[in-house]
Amino acid sequence: MTQMDVTNTTETPTALGRPIRRKEDARLLHGQTNWTDNIQLPGTLHMAILRSPMAHARITKLDVSGALKMPNVVAAYGAAELGDLNGSVPCVWPVTDDIVMPGFPALAIDKVRHVGDCVAVVLATDAVHAADALEAIEVDYEPLPAVVNMESAIADGSTIVHDDKGTNTCYVYNLGGGYDEVAAKADVIVKRRFINQRLIPAFMEPRAVVAAPMGMSDEITIWTSTQIPHILRVLLALVTGIPENNLRVVAPDVGGGFGGKLQCYREEILVTQLARKLGRPVKWTETRSEDMVATHHGRDQIQDIEIAATSDGKMLGLKVTLLANMGAYLQIITPGVPLLGMFMYPAIYKMDAYDFKCTGVFTNTTPTDAYRGAGRPEATYAIERIVDELAAELGMEPMELRKKNWITHEEFPFTTVAGLTYDTGNYEAATARAMELFDYDGLRAEQAQRRASGDPVQLGIGISTFTEMCGLAPSRTLGALKYVAGGWEHCTVRLLPTGKVEVVTGTSPHGQGHETAWSQIASSVLGVPVEDIEVIHSDTGRSPYGMDTYGSRSLAVGGQAIKKAADRLVEKAKVIAAHQLECSPEDIEFVEGVFRVKGDPEKVQPLAAVAFEAFTGHNLPPGVEPTLSAEATVDPEDFSYPHGTHLAAMEVDTETGKVTLRKYVCVDDVGVQVNPMIVEGQVHGGLAQGIAQAMFEGASYDEDGNLQTASFADYLLPSAMDLPSFITDTTCTPSTTHPLGTKGVGEAGAIASTPAIINGVVDALRPLGVTDINMPAAPMTVWRAIQAAKAGGAA
Amino acid sequence: MIPVAFDYVRPSTVDEAVAALVAGGEDAKVMVGGQSLMPVLRLRLGAPSLIVDCSRIDEMIGIREEGDSIVIGAGTTHHAVMNNDLVKRYVTLLAQATATVADPQIRHRGTMGGSLAHADPAGDLPAVAAALDATFTIAGPGGRRTVAASDFFVDYFTTAVGDDEVLASVSFPKREGWGSHYEKFNRTAQAWAIVGVAAAVRMEGGRIAEARIGLTNVGTTPIRARSVEAALVGAADAAAIAAASESAADGTAPTTDIHADAEYRSHLTRVLTKRAVQKAAGM
Amino acid sequence: MHISVTVDGTAYQADVEPRTLLVHWLREGIGKVGTVVGCDTSNCGSCTVLLDGRSVKSCSVLAVQADGSSVTTIQGLSDGNEWHPVQTAFKECHGLQCGYCTPGMVMSTVDLLSENPNPTEAEIREGLEGNLCRCTGYHNIVKSVALAADLMGGSTK
Repeated sequence: MTQMDVTNTTETPTALGRPIRRKEDARLLHGQTNWTDNIQLPGTLHMAILRSPMAHARITKLDVSGALKMPNVVAAYGAAELGDLNGSVPCVWPVTDDIVMPGFPALAIDKVRHVGDCVAVVLATDAVHAADALEAIEVDYEPLPAVVNMESAIADGSTIVHDDKGTNTCYVYNLGGGYDEVAAKADVIVKRRFINQRLIPAFMEPRAVVAAPMGMSDEITIWTSTQIPHILRVLLALVTGIPENNLRVVAPDVGGGFGGKLQCYREEILVTQLARKLGRPVKWTETRSEDMVATHHGRDQIQDIEIAATSDGKMLGLKVTLLANMGAYLQIITPGVPLLGMFMYPAIYKMDAYDFKCTGVFTNTTPTDAYRGAGRPEATYAIERIVDELAAELGMEPMELRKKNWITHEEFPFTTVAGLTYDTGNYEAATARAMELFDYDGLRAEQAQRRASGDPVQLGIGISTFTEMCGLAPSRTLGALKYVAGGWEHCTVRLLPTGKVEVVTGTSPHGQGHETAWSQIASSVLGVPVEDIEVIHSDTGRSPYGMDTYGSRSLAVGGQAIKKAADRLVEKAKVIAAHQLECSPEDIEFVEGVFRVKGDPEKVQPLAAVAFEAFTGHNLPPGVEPTLSAEATVDPEDFSYPHGTHLAAMEVDTETGKVTLRKYVCVDDVGVQVNPMIVEGQVHGGLAQGIAQAMFEGASYDEDGNLQTASFADYLLPSAMDLPSFITDTTCTPSTTHPLGTKGVGEAGAIASTPAIINGVVDALRPLGVTDINMPAAPMTVWRAIQAAKAGGAA
Repeated sequence: MIPVAFDYVRPSTVDEAVAALVAGGEDAKVMVGGQSLMPVLRLRLGAPSLIVDCSRIDEMIGIREEGDSIVIGAGTTHHAVMNNDLVKRYVTLLAQATATVADPQIRHRGTMGGSLAHADPAGDLPAVAAALDATFTIAGPGGRRTVAASDFFVDYFTTAVGDDEVLASVSFPKREGWGSHYEKFNRTAQAWAIVGVAAAVRMEGGRIAEARIGLTNVGTTPIRARSVEAALVGAADAAAIAAASESAADGTAPTTDIHADAEYRSHLTRVLTKRAVQKAAGM
Repeated sequence: MHISVTVDGTAYQADVEPRTLLVHWLREGIGKVGTVVGCDTSNCGSCTVLLDGRSVKSCSVLAVQADGSSVTTIQGLSDGNEWHPVQTAFKECHGLQCGYCTPGMVMSTVDLLSENPNPTEAEIREGLEGNLCRCTGYHNIVKSVALAADLMGGSTK
């Protein structure tokens, strides 16, 4: 296990690479956090939402007048009453020219299309009366057949979710080619169908929005629990018609997101519109029950995977055919999520051909969108599972098969069959370290012994040698994929007269610790102590430019911008320092926060003194303007490609089907680390979510479209009792396309861990004839697979 | 998250509580720790007109020895029950099972009587009460009456406690020296039991002389596995226990839900009965 | 209904509807917004406070039931910006990320260590069963509790 340095380490200014304790923690640990729901403005109206209990129905009657008669109720609206203010939730990633893009009104018009669809809203002077008044709204539904299953949805004669569109097929996307030719030459072809089940992000802070006209101007300020205040501002302007310059979006402390708060939600549109219409603050905080049906879901793909290889284990080609569940509507990047995985199916392996086809499908379910990893966990699961199946088919040790086919460290940069160019990597080193930490050979020996003795608790070893593309993203790449925004990031560094520093970033942290890590980057350039640096973020009024936080982009892209802006600031300061020191800027060096004349140790000027000079402007060189700040906008050269090797020791109780994670080792290569403590924490959290997909979580619908896992009582998040401590380590192969050498880390654990767990479960049971386990590996699922295998049927 | 409006009274005696229930009519509801009722209220799955808070009735709180029995006030918290020396010594199975109920915070508020009167088929304590032949003292307008465990659990979420009655206490026969174990099987630690088995055995000379087994969540009420109890008498090794446990699912009527179907629950009942008894017997 | 409740050392008098949850009264009635709501099914434990010294989920207690009692929230654990050893340990071990579960996690830890000053890792995990965290995977939370035990004079087994 990597040991954290347990002393506080802020005393020296050169902070890069140190496990500095987080600046954020003082307020978080003292209950002084500023969650959106904490905001209580005078005159606030509390909004409550009547949601559809039906998955698909015609609204034959909607009468909100009863609610208006309830105490303390100021207004109530259905779609008819809302009229033109009923904006359509935007989708910014129309992946194909002929994509079917249905409207998504914030309040349903005539029809509801998933359980949780918004039907009406009530605004009252307090949340209690708003909740009570919902019961006075009269609504009649004419139930329509619901379509939940993707294969049913695209079959002839299916109920159509958007009948004006005439189809449930949202789009069909193709990439690659040539698989059939290589498959014709293959000795072995393995085909599997994997189900990457639907998940619910389940961030701990429920969503909340407050919008208020602020009185001093036409500005409306929107505080919302979002990952994307900057993007949201643009979208709200486009959707509501409120001029962008009159919108200020603030993400206060945000309690987790995991992609679930990467969205322009209908509730954000409604609260904004109603605050404008009513001229007073409007607030909405969701209950967890609302969250489960109305926050977008993640994953939900049916993956038909085919891999072709020679008899000695050389991979020849891969064919991927996906059905991707869009849910009832398209949200911000719903259609694009599978495409983020599209490039990753070939993963770390060399092969000659790759065919990809994805069909997006509408169903009467909650819309899907990004959830930690967004497309890449699905891809990684499929490839790492099929590699294990290929190894079994070939009779090869699964790690040996991987070694035979992966890109070796001498081969970088390497352009994959999917068209990505991986800049660096060292799969051998990470794997060797992981196997050592895991005691791979020892556990294989124990496994053999348990198999031989017929132990009712069998042991399996699960492998996942993953890579991912993150650090979203080069703008030109996004453009080529029809994403309508860029992937750059912005930073302003300001030196204040007293020598303190403001770092204004366009990233929008929601728990990661950017305030600390970004301070470390700025500190390493400016030589200013970490505690003298303030990171300003998540407020379009204070940090006007940004592309926010998702896709493990904040360090990989935003971190570069900080470095570049800080470097520029030093260059400007150097000119002033040279003037003060009466020499040429070329004769000056900047070391640990002090400008020095080369070769003359007596002639020094601290950065703070330069800052004060820039403030007074008394003695600046000709042509140099007062104030000292610098900006940089960085558009990354390429994605970053973290990788790693994850190993799971799984115990399977063959009598009950209960699966236990006994030991988990991962060695990740995320390049250069700014703060290894934060990196390790990101890995832990990602592991927990990826492991939870494999073992515990899964959103399920009944055939009528009712979400059966609509609370934490049924959607099973792991507690501390359900997970072990992890053994983590890192290797460092610096990224060559990112100036700091960093890669992303936010999603790595969630991407890598899921197949490691299931490979381990299947490995434990393979001697019994089991060849697959659907996720989550719930005890009954595993027990049934064992029974089926014993009976000679397919598992 | 916001309950419907209701009235609230906090009686200080059982008689006052009964009077409040009588006055409140059929929509009056008893609350003690409230750990089963509060989620119902928050989700508006129930809308009582009156809450009769019995959490501060001295008579309903505490654990005492009465002859051959341990009497536990219905309003005694799980936390108090599982840490009580009398319970640990004489009603060990109850202490063990109570430690698996929910989580520490809920055990600080939630009460033994509340769990039993709630009668959730997936609750852990009803099977224990059934296995140990607990006796329930119920107070109503007509005075006190006692009901055997076999008659207390009537149906899904339904007990012998009437709308105008309060469960006052529960009495457990002392069984010192018995081996016992509660085997709870769930998907995550927070999840309800898919199946649970409460087992207590009295050993004589290395053999099981007497066995008591209650089953959780394989019917609308807790179920005694009487055929297994009979078959276990004389069992002296793990294999004999396994053989006796084969009939554990007989007479059960498990349901199907998203976590487990009836067939799997029946299978688990057999496996977990074997394990619970083996652990109780130390074999 | 009238209630008298001491919260973080301050004696409050208030009139509340019987249906008011303790957590809602804390947050909206007296502005103790350090205690938060994360679910509606008693699972998440984000709202954990000490009620007469024992951890409870304040969403699962009516404000009227707290009448006459003493409540300690995350905001009353230490004086102002002082650091309770549990707070120190969570920072030191990076036992929090977004911080939303943290008030509940910290209060549960205080309760756990008051009952068991020397917990094993398994006992720590059992003691935190009623608190969900989505960020940390619990790894560093468990380490935080162990360090807190050390700082408070216990020693983890």
